[in-house]
Amino acid sequence: MDQITIKKRPRSEAVITQRKFFKKTARGKVIKVLRERYLRDDVSCGIRGCIACHSSLEHSLPASGAPHPSFPNGHFVLPDTNIFLSQMDLMEATLFTPPIILLQTVMEEVRHRSLALYNRLKALTKTDDKKIWVFYNEYRSETAVIREENETPNDRNDRGIRKTTEWYNSHLQVTRPPIRGQAPPKIPAVVLLTEDVANRQKAESAGITAFSMKRYVESLPEANQLLDLLAVTDSNGIEPTRASGVRQPLYPEYLLTATLAAGVKAGKLHQGYFNANQYNYLEGSVPVPAFNKPVLLIGRENMNRAVSGDIVVVEVFNEKEWKAPADEVVDQDTTLKNDNAEESGDEGEESDGEMAAREKRLVKFEESARSAERQPTGRVVGIIKRNWRAYVCHIDSTSLTSLNATSLAQQTVFATPVSRLLPRIRLRTRQAPMLIGQKILVTIDRWDINSRYPEGHFVRSLGKVESKEAEQESLMLEFDVRYRPFGKAILDCLPPEGEQWVVPLKDDVNPEWKNREDLRQLLICSIDPPGCQDIDDALHARPLPNGNIEAGVHIADVSHFVHADTPIDNEAADRGTTVYLVDRRIDMLPSLLGTNLCSLRPFVERLAFSAIWELTPEAEIVNVRFTKSVIASKAAFTYEEAQIRKDDPNQQDDLSHSIRLLNTLAKKLKEKRMKAGALNLASPEVKIYLDSSESSDPIDVEQKELRETNSLVEEFMLLANISVAEKIQETFPQTAVLRRHLPPPKANFEKLQDILMKRRGIKLDVSSSRALADSLDTCVDPQEPSFNTLVRIMATRCMLSAEYFCSGSVARDTFGHYGLASAIYTHFTSPIRRYADVLAHRQLAAAIGNSPLHPSLHSKSHVEHVMDVINRRHRMAQMAGRASVEFYVGLALKGKNEREAKGGGVKEEAFVIRTFRNGLSVFVSKLGIEGLVMFKKEIKFDAENYTITVPAPSGEVTIAVFDKVSVNIQVEKDKNTQRGKVKMSLMSPIDSSDL
Amino acid sequence: MSSRVEILNDGGYRSDGRRQFELREVTINLAQQGHADGSAIITHGLTQVLVSVFGPREAKMRSQTIHDRANINVDVNVAAFSAGERRKRSRGDKRILEIASTLKSTFEPVVQTTLYPRSQIDVYVTVLQQDGGLLQTCINGTTLALINAGIPMLDFVCAVTGGVHSTSPLLDLTTLEENDVPHVTVAIMPKTGKVALVTMETRLHVDRFEEIFRLAGEAGKVLHREMKSAVMGRTSALVDAMGSQGTGIDRDGDEPMNTA
Ligand SMILES: [Zn+2]
Repeated sequence: MDQITIKKRPRSEAVITQRKFFKKTARGKVIKVLRERYLRDDVSCGIRGCIACHSSLEHSLPASGAPHPSFPNGHFVLPDTNIFLSQMDLMEATLFTPPIILLQTVMEEVRHRSLALYNRLKALTKTDDKKIWVFYNEYRSETAVIREENETPNDRNDRGIRKTTEWYNSHLQVTRPPIRGQAPPKIPAVVLLTEDVANRQKAESAGITAFSMKRYVESLPEANQLLDLLAVTDSNGIEPTRASGVRQPLYPEYLLTATLAAGVKAGKLHQGYFNANQYNYLEGSVPVPAFNKPVLLIGRENMNRAVSGDIVVVEVFNEKEWKAPADEVVDQDTTLKNDNAEESGDEGEESDGEMAAREKRLVKFEESARSAERQPTGRVVGIIKRNWRAYVCHIDSTSLTSLNATSLAQQTVFATPVSRLLPRIRLRTRQAPMLIGQKILVTIDRWDINSRYPEGHFVRSLGKVESKEAEQESLMLEFDVRYRPFGKAILDCLPPEGEQWVVPLKDDVNPEWKNREDLRQLLICSIDPPGCQDIDDALHARPLPNGNIEAGVHIADVSHFVHADTPIDNEAADRGTTVYLVDRRIDMLPSLLGTNLCSLRPFVERLAFSAIWELTPEAEIVNVRFTKSVIASKAAFTYEEAQIRKDDPNQQDDLSHSIRLLNTLAKKLKEKRMKAGALNLASPEVKIYLDSSESSDPIDVEQKELRETNSLVEEFMLLANISVAEKIQETFPQTAVLRRHLPPPKANFEKLQDILMKRRGIKLDVSSSRALADSLDTCVDPQEPSFNTLVRIMATRCMLSAEYFCSGSVARDTFGHYGLASAIYTHFTSPIRRYADVLAHRQLAAAIGNSPLHPSLHSKSHVEHVMDVINRRHRMAQMAGRASVEFYVGLALKGKNEREAKGGGVKEEAFVIRTFRNGLSVFVSKLGIEGLVMFKKEIKFDAENYTITVPAPSGEVTIAVFDKVSVNIQVEKDKNTQRGKVKMSLMSPIDSSDL
Repeated sequence: MSSRVEILNDGGYRSDGRRQFELREVTINLAQQGHADGSAIITHGLTQVLVSVFGPREAKMRSQTIHDRANINVDVNVAAFSAGERRKRSRGDKRILEIASTLKSTFEPVVQTTLYPRSQIDVYVTVLQQDGGLLQTCINGTTLALINAGIPMLDFVCAVTGGVHSTSPLLDLTTLEENDVPHVTVAIMPKTGKVALVTMETRLHVDRFEEIFRLAGEAGKVLHREMKSAVMGRTSALVDAMGSQGTGIDRDGDEPMNTA
């Protein structure tokens, strides 16, 4: 055991060992803070074999450092804070191997600046293949510094870092004294790495070796790969600093942060998220509270270096200048095809001038054509928060100056992000020829006023384009899906019995049975899609003697296994939801729980949380109660099996009766819901048939079929969610976890209403959800059954999305769920795959006195924070799922093309959903995909009537929104980016391949 | 939620540079303070307390007179400027009363009160500065002041605070640490090894308690050596002073701990 000792703190050093400062608390009180610091001589340098320090062997740095061309005696690196803040990708690279001395000062600064980077740094120090020693310089007497008068904290830290570097160098000298008769000892160097020129100068004048990261990496043998990882900073910017250099800035400077804050506060400026336009890269919009239509940003200059997802501040132009959004598809890849990555940003260059002029023309042309639907326009004057991350990209092969695969020359190339919402990124690499045809991860480092494009650096390669692994990983990265395997701490939270866990025998001592009802004898069954492994819910119904009916919904009791504030709970809260991709499911909870212990499988006993109603035959609720229970499901049906069983008059057993009873009630519940104005909205849902689980090659795509039994399950889940929402809101009015769907602003529907009126003479009433539901029913075309579905899909796109919220955070009259026409709603029925449901379970358990509520669920700020996270995850998961379907639809089309061996593409029926000045957007309902048909030749465009007129051999053909056309679909690989692209051309009413 | 300052970092250092079992610096000043019969100024790190003892003297109030032993009165006063937030604590403040009554009950069995029936011993504690371990400092200060006043005691009473951060025990906590980790104060009598006091304001798991209790006891013994040498120093200084008085030579080169 360690010795108990009393530390001495010599009086003479009181200046350095004692600190008094005043700080202000949140409530405005001034508090005097006294801190002392004990300086020591036993803080180890961490270098193996040091005669002065006792380094423990396992963590210490090699005695001779590492070889480096500039340091024949070996060396150690000592990076400053900014190195970690800006060059973390490089530090993490496996090729970056020098022994690193990490100072306490640096760690603390990183922690103050970015918690995310701090966590990465901490993980890095624990990696086995990195040689990192954390040196507690603030506690060692020789290296501790005190802030001087008029010194900024930053300068103080820099000075401390320099002092420590100096100490290390002399410590190495002192501990390796020359021994007479032997060759002088080799003394390795300790090299300060810093990007700050002033700091380097100060270091050098103190006799310390200091390098910039670039200079340091350049002389390493692995320089080629490592230099690619180098983030762009002021000192190593891509732009060559030319002597002539008074370049015209391409973008206006941002205003000062204080000016922005004041402007927003005064209502002169507006803050919001920047949304890029997926059809037109020269246009973006920012929804702000002050206007009911988003502020339109037209052209590069007005978007002023905002990237999709950034929080920006915009200035709104005079109302005279308000405009309508563009009606043209402007594709970045095509327009900027010949832009030169090496030269870009230099306005003097000929090609660049042309580029700008072309872009200007595009914007200009648009302006003249605009008429109706004006909306506020403006420009970005500042950025509140960048939301830059690593983006999945392809290298644009045309931007390479040398395609020679063995060339290691450094080239500046363009990386084209997979997402259409992002600008191209310029980056410098020596590996360009090798990266062609790969999916790569690229981070944006900065975007200067002189540079047309943002500058970034290469992070890593994900693999060959179109390989499943690369596509899958890139999809998950793109939508920020947490897909790493569950760690040990999380798996340790699972029951030790593992797969062998069973509900223990019923008696009073087993805690599982405490406060639990025995419902094992009930005829409970589950109904799910085929192959469902994570069965969240099961149902039952039986007639009561009084003529009423008892119906029950039984939900997996996840909160029995997942306790608040445990590693497994924190992970689930972070994941937020299970993500379903076509060929993979990324679980929110470890599969032992999801597909086994919590899954309400048939014929085994499981723990459940039950909601049990007494309903009249007319499906009016007489009462409801909630209880934790033990159930034993009697059957797990697919929707189809349940439907067949219900419809088969020969089946007269109790279970079949129970299904029929549920079905009758469900129909009445649905009828009531529809009367109240619930919307029957549609979104394109398709099913991908995979060849086999191994190859996962898609065979075919078809639309999902909906049966009566789908609706049966849905109605009871809605009923359960509503009943639970009422209960938890009543018990915890401040912190109940609820879900709402705000009514859409009327303006969202204006365009759809106009199109319907002009093209079909149909009036869409959006005054209430009921009115909308009714008028959607009238949108029918006797000749075309799918017309109604199409209108519903388009109407859905006008709506806002539903969201989780904390009941105490919003006004009571905004709780409603518009789409479901329910006054209150929550998610309770899928705790295995949604985190909100887990919280609802905890709150319901507390509401019925089953178990006390964890303090975090009493805290409004905590609940609000969790809601923010899961709302975002939920959105991302949906997008990831859709993107995965799209990818497989593409593969299926490609496969079909190849099998049918005609190479001409697939012919499908499609509906026109939007007209552009130079093309059409069509929706292929059979495949659930949307595509663009572009015309190269001039066509007539009537924005007022949503038509285009195309020349044809037999005169002219006019095509309008809602028209049915047939298209030829091909998957083409973009020659430059290697990006698989769905390409559509019209087959009828006219063949557009020549247009 | 992680607090802004790490209580115990990966290198095994606490926020002030100490390791787990290192106590803060202790300074003891036993010089004469005013008219007190015995006094002590003690600091543990940045926590500083002045204790003055008067007595034993004749009990002033009849109600407080105990016929077979001396009555110990403890009065605690916290200087307004002592803590971070400047505020005047009234004498009726619950926390102050608690410290006073803890001191009284800790020292009653240790002080040989039966030697002075019908008299009283007054202990005045003034908290000058606070940075954690307030109770431990008050107890140690009181021990020293009582000894300094020449009041016979069975033994020293030495107190140390111990806490547990996650599963790691820490000794002699600062305010920052006390706010973050569950802790106990243990006072022992080093000669007999008896425990004079254990207090705990926060919940602590029983397994952890055992370990920290043992460690705090050990630390008390370490502290005892420090306190004892201060008392010896004071005594020899007094002896020297008396000797020099006889010669009439004034000393100016006092012991460091004697210079107030
Ligand atoms: Zn050393």
